[in-house]
Amino acid sequence: MDLFRLSISEVTHLLKTKEVSALDVMNAVFQRIDSVEDKVKAYVTLTREKALEMAVKAQKEINEGAPGKMLLGIPLAVKDNMCTKGVLTTCSSGMLSNFIPPYESTVTSSLAEHGYVLIGKTNMDEFAMGSSTENSGFHVTRNPWNLERIPGGSSGGSASAVAADECIAALGSDTGGSIRQPAALCGVVGMKPTYGRVSRYGLVAFASSLDQIGTLTKNVQDAAILMNVISGHDPYDSTSAPLTVPDLTGVLDKDIKGIKLGIPKEYFIEGIDKEIEAAVYAAIKNLEGLGATPVEVSLPHTEYAIAAYYILATSEASSNLARYDGVKYGLRAEGKDLMDMYLNTRARGFGSEVKRRIMLGTYTLSSGYYEAYYKKAQQVRTLIKQDFEDVFKHVDLLVTPTTPTAAFKIGEKTADPLQMYLSDIFTISVNLAGLPAISVPCGFTADNLPIGLQCIGKHFDEETIIKVAHAYEQSTDWHRRKPVL
Amino acid sequence: MKYEVVIGLEVHAQMLTDTKIFCGCSTKFGSEPNTQTCPVCIGMPGVLPVLNKKALQFAIKTGLATDCRISSFSRFARKNYFYPDLPKGYQISQYELPVCEHGCIGIIVDGNVKKIGITRIHMEEDAGKNIHEGAGTYSFVDLNRAGVPLMEIVSEPDIRSPQEAVEYMKKLRAILRYLGVCDGNMEQGSLRCDANISVRLINQTEFGTRTELKNINSFRFVEKALEYEIKRQIKVIESGGRIVQETRLWDPNRGITESMRGKEEAHDYRYFPEPDLVPIVVEKEWIDEIKASLPELPDIKRDRFVTEYGLPETDADLLVSEKPLADWYEEAVKLGGQPKSVANWIMGDLMRLLNADNKIIEDCSLKPNQLVDMLRLMDNGTISGKIAKSVFEEMYTTGKDPEGIVKEKGLVQISDSGEIEKAVDDVISKYLKEAERYRAGEEKLMGFFVGQVMKVTKGKANPQMVNELLKQKLSS
Repeated sequence: MDLFRLSISEVTHLLKTKEVSALDVMNAVFQRIDSVEDKVKAYVTLTREKALEMAVKAQKEINEGAPGKMLLGIPLAVKDNMCTKGVLTTCSSGMLSNFIPPYESTVTSSLAEHGYVLIGKTNMDEFAMGSSTENSGFHVTRNPWNLERIPGGSSGGSASAVAADECIAALGSDTGGSIRQPAALCGVVGMKPTYGRVSRYGLVAFASSLDQIGTLTKNVQDAAILMNVISGHDPYDSTSAPLTVPDLTGVLDKDIKGIKLGIPKEYFIEGIDKEIEAAVYAAIKNLEGLGATPVEVSLPHTEYAIAAYYILATSEASSNLARYDGVKYGLRAEGKDLMDMYLNTRARGFGSEVKRRIMLGTYTLSSGYYEAYYKKAQQVRTLIKQDFEDVFKHVDLLVTPTTPTAAFKIGEKTADPLQMYLSDIFTISVNLAGLPAISVPCGFTADNLPIGLQCIGKHFDEETIIKVAHAYEQSTDWHRRKPVL
Repeated sequence: MKYEVVIGLEVHAQMLTDTKIFCGCSTKFGSEPNTQTCPVCIGMPGVLPVLNKKALQFAIKTGLATDCRISSFSRFARKNYFYPDLPKGYQISQYELPVCEHGCIGIIVDGNVKKIGITRIHMEEDAGKNIHEGAGTYSFVDLNRAGVPLMEIVSEPDIRSPQEAVEYMKKLRAILRYLGVCDGNMEQGSLRCDANISVRLINQTEFGTRTELKNINSFRFVEKALEYEIKRQIKVIESGGRIVQETRLWDPNRGITESMRGKEEAHDYRYFPEPDLVPIVVEKEWIDEIKASLPELPDIKRDRFVTEYGLPETDADLLVSEKPLADWYEEAVKLGGQPKSVANWIMGDLMRLLNADNKIIEDCSLKPNQLVDMLRLMDNGTISGKIAKSVFEEMYTTGKDPEGIVKEKGLVQISDSGEIEKAVDDVISKYLKEAERYRAGEEKLMGFFVGQVMKVTKGKANPQMVNELLKQKLSS
């Protein structure tokens, strides 16, 4: 039995029945990493020593029968933009290549409380800016299904680590599709909860009003388990919702009869890959067979989402990234005076996509342009939210493709940022509206590249999308297919 | 003068909260550099601010005390600029929707109340401090102050002279101190003032071009800097020049203002709503609760002192300038002190002694009941007014009770007519020539005789009796 292939619930079962130990599982995962990481390059940092410590501790707790701990001995990967105390946290940026946080993010504290084992920190587009993980300041991560292709981004490291079984599950972050898009392209489950459901404290900010932490898992059940652990109000994050968190595993096996699926016509447009369109329609048929009713709906402002997003996200980013000035931590490139030091540090520390976005955001916030860009984009954002509110009066969730195309080739779009930005066309509106959404595997292209189905829910209604995604997943075997490495 | 001066003040007041505005670090002044910091106020990657409710409460208090409208919905904004003492590269402040707006403060100008409008009061975080000494070619950054809560109180351009500006600052400081929201210490920088100033011809309706003065950190400098700047601006205009809109720094050593940066180089702060904090929604019930908890404010107290104790307005105004002083006064009056004489002793001897020692009323070991006891000793003739002055000083220095001092030093007034009569007789027989001259009409010699009797009795003789007896004896 290949322990590294298993899901959270499967590993938990084996650990509970003492068939294997937490160390066995951890060792199996590192052996897998040793055999495939050279090809995939999912990680920035592997935390072997810390993992050993955590596995030993977890096993002790298993032996003592620690109740209520949902991740005892589960090897997980964490995207490298979540602060882990004493463990390098780089955001895949030269700027933070030496940054060891003195504090722990709320999400990883929650994972630790439940006994997880940290395997390592995964690669990403620098500061989560990108859709292919090619913007990493360190190295390119490859799609386990085809090593010539990108894994998606910005959580490409987490998605490929899950797809390649280099961990049992992983955390990612999603600002415009950064969990769902790589999940779709790597054939795994990617869950972005409602904005405010999971604390952002300790998540290195890209665009504060859009960033949300979520999960990359081998199946929907694991997404529910992980979400149960990381969800909830955090006094350290004012934007986290003071709401009670439902047990998402409780809805897994509920049937979906009578559920109304909204199919937004704006998501089935020219430019969408025919194979993807066909796979998504087939999935909708499948859901219909399970008792759901599809309804065509319209989200009329969808076409403005990308423009609004790139104004708002870059505006916030230009401010969020101002703290990397060489004064306190991270890279400092000396200069003849203060201004020179600032310029050298930021010129050397940031990659070109990050610089591009800082410049865009600085421009859109500048006096004289603020009204035309930032303010207008906020108004568009309100209209997009309104679109969703309107359709959710009539349907329980929306079903769409996650991406317009399957994984593209490494280098294919790096010269054309606008083309790259369009790969998030189906995921971006969800962040602008702050809604929960999940991507589940729904087929493969003729080239054997995974395709994702996106389910979008109402605010704080993670239950419905988990329920529908799980019902769909259980009626197919896409999630059971594994890449050959 | 054919020019009118137009001044508006922007005052930064450090709030007296125990902890910083967005994290739990202490706000204590004067600790070792960077010992009162945490990931949040250092601006580590990934941290988030959480609003200190006390800071909001203090801002609302100040708004209510200055007749502002309290916004039920306000929000924070980011002010973006690079500086080493600003750890996040932006300051969390308020921009479009401040917590308080449209208030006013009354000052007394030529005996009449003049209202100076308050445009807005908003909350923000303080920056740290760059230290250039002892760091060689580098500078140090101390972030203890980064994140200390500030209020920025912006006045309308209603101020018309440097003296009015000082009156406004004094009144504002008194209000802040009454509320307990700021210690008002300008030297330590917990109360800072920037001034916008322009001049225009009298009767001209539009404003002249203004300059902004920074670094005016005492009442004296507020007056001096503004006076200098008015002269400078008038001189520029009179010589056919134009005022440049710019920021100027007050140099207290040279007593001049100097250009800091022009408008061309002015920062574009790229304000936008702070996405890490939710909008501030203030419930009416909470505002009412805060309103009910406000102390009696200086203006109201002053008016009450005038009506209740019959004090002249100037006395009352001085007594209410500091709440502890007003409390001290009122305690003494409540204990039976005659209101005007208590006021006189405070404004005269007590203030003189405190000022000489650079002390404030809170440090004073002399207590109100002791002053009242002393006044009683004067009233019942135990001590004279002259003796009282030395008893007062002794009480101030030692904190001893007046009875004790009088007894210990044998200062009880001599009112025994026999004893005084003997002294008078002795003096007259000693100065026979002078007595002759007095009798011949040289009446001003009376003072000489009184002085001699007092000298013999060591100042303890009842002056009234000495006078009467001398008159009687000399004219006989």
